[in-house]
Amino acid sequence: MEFFRAHVLICGGTGCTSSNSPAIKKELEAQLYKNKLDKEVKVVTTGCFGLCAEGPIMVVYPEGAMYTMVRVEDVKEIVEEHLIKGRLVKRLLAGDKEAVDSSRSLENVDFFKRQVRIALRNCGIINPENIDEYIAYDGYKALAKALTELTPDQVIAEVKKSGLRGRGGAGFPTGLKWEFTKKSAGDQKYVCCNADEGDPGAFMDRSVLEGDPHSILEAMEIAGYAVGSDQGYIYVRAEYPIAVKRLEIAIKQAKEYGLLGKNIFGTSFNFDIELRLGAGAFVCGEETALITSIEGKRGEPKPKPPFPAVRGLWQKPTLLNNVETYANIPVIFNKGADWFASIGTEKSKGTKVFAVGGKINNTGLVEIPIGTTLREIIYDIGGGIPNGKKFKAAQTGGPSGGCIPASHIDTPIDYETLKELGSMMGSGGLIVMDEDNCMVDIARFFLEFTVDESCGKCPPCRIGTKRMLEILERITGGKGEMEDIDKLEVLAKNIIASALCGLGQSAPQPVLSTLRYFRDEYIAHVRDKKCPAGVCKSMMSYVIAADHCKKCGICAKNCPVSCISGDKNTPYVIDQEKCIKCGACMEKCPFKAIFKNA
Amino acid sequence: MKSLAELEAIRNKTLDQIKMRTNKSGKRVVVGMATCGIAAGARPVMNAFTEELAKRKLSDVSVTMTGCIGVCRLEPIVEIFDADGTKVTYVKMTAEKAARIVSEHIVNGRVCQDLTIGAAEAESK
Repeated sequence: MEFFRAHVLICGGTGCTSSNSPAIKKELEAQLYKNKLDKEVKVVTTGCFGLCAEGPIMVVYPEGAMYTMVRVEDVKEIVEEHLIKGRLVKRLLAGDKEAVDSSRSLENVDFFKRQVRIALRNCGIINPENIDEYIAYDGYKALAKALTELTPDQVIAEVKKSGLRGRGGAGFPTGLKWEFTKKSAGDQKYVCCNADEGDPGAFMDRSVLEGDPHSILEAMEIAGYAVGSDQGYIYVRAEYPIAVKRLEIAIKQAKEYGLLGKNIFGTSFNFDIELRLGAGAFVCGEETALITSIEGKRGEPKPKPPFPAVRGLWQKPTLLNNVETYANIPVIFNKGADWFASIGTEKSKGTKVFAVGGKINNTGLVEIPIGTTLREIIYDIGGGIPNGKKFKAAQTGGPSGGCIPASHIDTPIDYETLKELGSMMGSGGLIVMDEDNCMVDIARFFLEFTVDESCGKCPPCRIGTKRMLEILERITGGKGEMEDIDKLEVLAKNIIASALCGLGQSAPQPVLSTLRYFRDEYIAHVRDKKCPAGVCKSMMSYVIAADHCKKCGICAKNCPVSCISGDKNTPYVIDQEKCIKCGACMEKCPFKAIFKNA
Repeated sequence: MKSLAELEAIRNKTLDQIKMRTNKSGKRVVVGMATCGIAAGARPVMNAFTEELAKRKLSDVSVTMTGCIGVCRLEPIVEIFDADGTKVTYVKMTAEKAARIVSEHIVNGRVCQDLTIGAAEAESK
């Protein structure tokens, strides 16, 4: 047996890869070889640790020491200090750099302490390109159990008992979906995985695919056994090249081991999985559009019913679940449905992964029991809001969701409470906003996204959202009228009632939700022609305070459109006609003499 | 893959190799590897520990390095931490002594009194 006294895990997720983790791995291997440590220390590329803001991330075991923002130049020091002399390189450690527990720092970081990792259980622990490591942490054990000990009905009963609900957005009970698909009559059935993650800022599915691809294959096989299918398709975005590559490797390895193919575990169960790459249209995350796209046609939605469970891919009964939903399945069988159901709230069981971004210190992925409050996510795990700014709202559910204002920061987050607040769980994007965000502008941003992504099949979505965007642009452009606000509401309600698919039906949500909680901001834009947050460019200007100006000229040098004039003897002045309101002057002024006039 | 036994075999084999990433309770062997320790021969001692542990498939024991403890004259120094945090300090280590410590202390839980720092200090008086 090979025995390595230390394992160095380097994150190979998209975030850390783009901040140079492959070069760090190369340098580490070179340094280990140079110091004759290559037989003692094992280097492993692994999946996302979640603390993406601090990447590239490196974790050294057995200590569990987590190094953050590692640069190629730091590798030599890590090898010479930590791996040769056993001394932690404290300046690179995650968390509070002063108070470091000398042994296990990974578990002691606030960001990880409060998380419960089920879907992300193997991310950052195993090498996703090595099936043996997945098997070592109970991989394919749930499949073996299902195939050899349970009937398909028992499998479905277990999933139902766990209380698992769809993690892709709507929160439909997973066990029921499986049961409907099983009961549908059909000579051929399909099991599909929705990996067409498209919400701006959401990347939990990508991280699962990159960090633990076998968990998806295993879960799809269990689903195939339960509903009576022998063919699976994973619909994944082509913009996720690392995820696609790791899935391909995983499928190949599973086939070599006979964990995909014919007579799996000596039973009569056969299953195969193929990948289908999406071109990146947001609407293809909608189930009927996704199925149409797998068929090779333009990705456009269809009216429901019939639901995919009855008539889906190639008119056959089709089970379609989201990546994160599948990632929970093997654990439910290994640890039991009762264990799973003991986590979460009364109606929402288990955990949810959130991609936390925006105005927050620890940008990244967090997995928490459902029912955790927004305050815990933002302040205890997320490390609070940068620069001591005030929390204003959190946006969940992406372009289909809405905002949770500061007054509801202590609400336990689950499917129902979010809906009551006018938002939705969605796929799990969570964008934190502070006092500098304009809520009208946020609504405009999301609507612009849906207008771009509308497939154009039904008029309410194609024309309605476009009209809403025009009104919002009028308001943020300082040309809004009071009746515009009423028009927005009427249009929104009509679109929700009449659009064909989920994209159109939920597109007005960001507008309705901001109108509900921040109506005063809309009114300020329309009536007073003011943007309280100072974001909307038409309603704000940058001004140089003549009495504070030291006449240094730095602002003029940094102005990209050369609209600032002045000299050693006269204070500098901005020509408001030419100013493009980029804010570069304010940022560069060493004397804070330039301010925003909202 | 035809049987659960096959899966189990792969699982056990690989888990032994990667258990250190999630294991939180095993014994720890800490070898002093500062200049003094390395000069006195700490590296062959550490290698002896890893080889001996591998031979016995004791994958829940971790081997780590540390800096100078301060009694350089007694190097190579090795400390064995039990799961509960109690530790025994062994001094003037050799590869042979390492093998004995693995079999007596780590496997059977009997401290090798004659190799400890206490014994060495008593002797020098």
